Amino acid sequence: MTPDWLPPVLLTLKLAASTTLILMCLGIPLAWWLANTHSWLKAPLNAVISLPIVLPPTVIGFYLLLLLGPKGAIGQMTQSLGLGSLAFTFYGLLLGSVFYSMPFVVQPLQNAFETIGKRPMEAAASLGASPIDCFFTVALPLARPGLWTAAVLGFAHTVGEFGVVLMIGGNIPEKTQVISIYIYEHVETLEYGQAHLLSMGLLLFSFVVLSILYAVNKRSRGVF
Amino acid sequence: MTFKSLTLLIMGLSCIHTAMAEDVQIAVAANFAGPMQKIARQFQQATGHRAILSFGSTGKFYTQIKNGAPFDVLLSADTATPERLERENEAVSGSRDTYAIGKLVLWSPQSNFVDKMGQALITGRYDHIAIANPKVAPYGIAAQQTMQKLNLWWNLQSKLVQGENIGQTHQFIETGNAELGFVALSQIQGDGKMSGSYWLVPQKLYSPLAQQAVLLSKARDNAAAKAFLSFLKSTRTRDVIKSYGYDLPK
Repeated sequence: MTPDWLPPVLLTLKLAASTTLILMCLGIPLAWWLANTHSWLKAPLNAVISLPIVLPPTVIGFYLLLLLGPKGAIGQMTQSLGLGSLAFTFYGLLLGSVFYSMPFVVQPLQNAFETIGKRPMEAAASLGASPIDCFFTVALPLARPGLWTAAVLGFAHTVGEFGVVLMIGGNIPEKTQVISIYIYEHVETLEYGQAHLLSMGLLLFSFVVLSILYAVNKRSRGVF
Repeated sequence: MTFKSLTLLIMGLSCIHTAMAEDVQIAVAANFAGPMQKIARQFQQATGHRAILSFGSTGKFYTQIKNGAPFDVLLSADTATPERLERENEAVSGSRDTYAIGKLVLWSPQSNFVDKMGQALITGRYDHIAIANPKVAPYGIAAQQTMQKLNLWWNLQSKLVQGENIGQTHQFIETGNAELGFVALSQIQGDGKMSGSYWLVPQKLYSPLAQQAVLLSKARDNAAAKAFLSFLKSTRTRDVIKSYGYDLPK
């Protein structure tokens, strides 16, 4: 027999892993561009990426609910593609999480790329390396601590998410019932034993992850 | 009367007024938000006391009250929670009173989606049906009982989405993410105006949604709290409650 808490835990891990993977693929080129550009777009784009840090999850959840609905822009698009509506699905949560965790991935990456500066790239270029070659053999290895920070923070932040998944999830077991929602329901129904079990687990997980992150970053050059 | 004596009179009166007017902190079940805002305004006009309102799920209020939340009065969505608070000495015994009897509706914002017999539940083409979480919300229990009575509960499992309380459930439906769902009549009736289509669920399909108010122990001597509880029984208030689609206790 599987314990009750296993499905929400597995679902949360799947959501966090997928979110992190997508954010690293999107975030690395985006952060690289932001670190090197002089375009006027840089300030507004940075602002958009940072919005989830400032906005309450209810604002994001509420607008996502409107956007995903049959009259919303995303809802109309997914319906014309034959995908149906994304609210109350894993992919809806994934979309929300990607937006919500974006600053936690892009900002450390951007910091890492900015810390490297232009010199190593110029040196590599003067030795005849192509821009793409420079990026993969010089910039990425130098930014490694930043890459780790970004991935770990993106993952951990998604695990801890609550408001957005509450607003667009619908609390469906094995589909949208993630750990935070599951804990919330146990607290509401006064089942403190179950609530403690998972809350403690989550607390320890977060503490261990952040401790490792700070320890590792202190040993390397520390961009975080 | 001279200007000076008039000023003194006004100052004196306002002193009496502020000495007597108090605040009362009221926790209100989400389904009663509409009528409550109106009642609170009338209460302030009639008595000078100010009602400070918090809206949420009954389950959450129970936990908060047990942990020292500063509420004076609870307007619950059920009778079980006030009973339990009374038993646990968190509420003044004998202060419990039914202020409204809720009605459950199956509702869609689309016109002609839900018929007057509730056949849409079986024949309607929909992907999601929203209910309040039956573990924490009385209207969710009523929705579950209704579907069980109609032998649809298990068939509809894959289409169920749950809101944290009846307010969030309404949001799921209003935004069109769930095509239809079970909400409180008061939420769609809202002071006479009505939108979309609905089925008023027959009362024999679910246990009565009697909603009780209770005076919490810390407000035992709070005049404003007591004034509010008696105001809740006034004819004027009963008319407001009725206009939002609730039944009233006999």
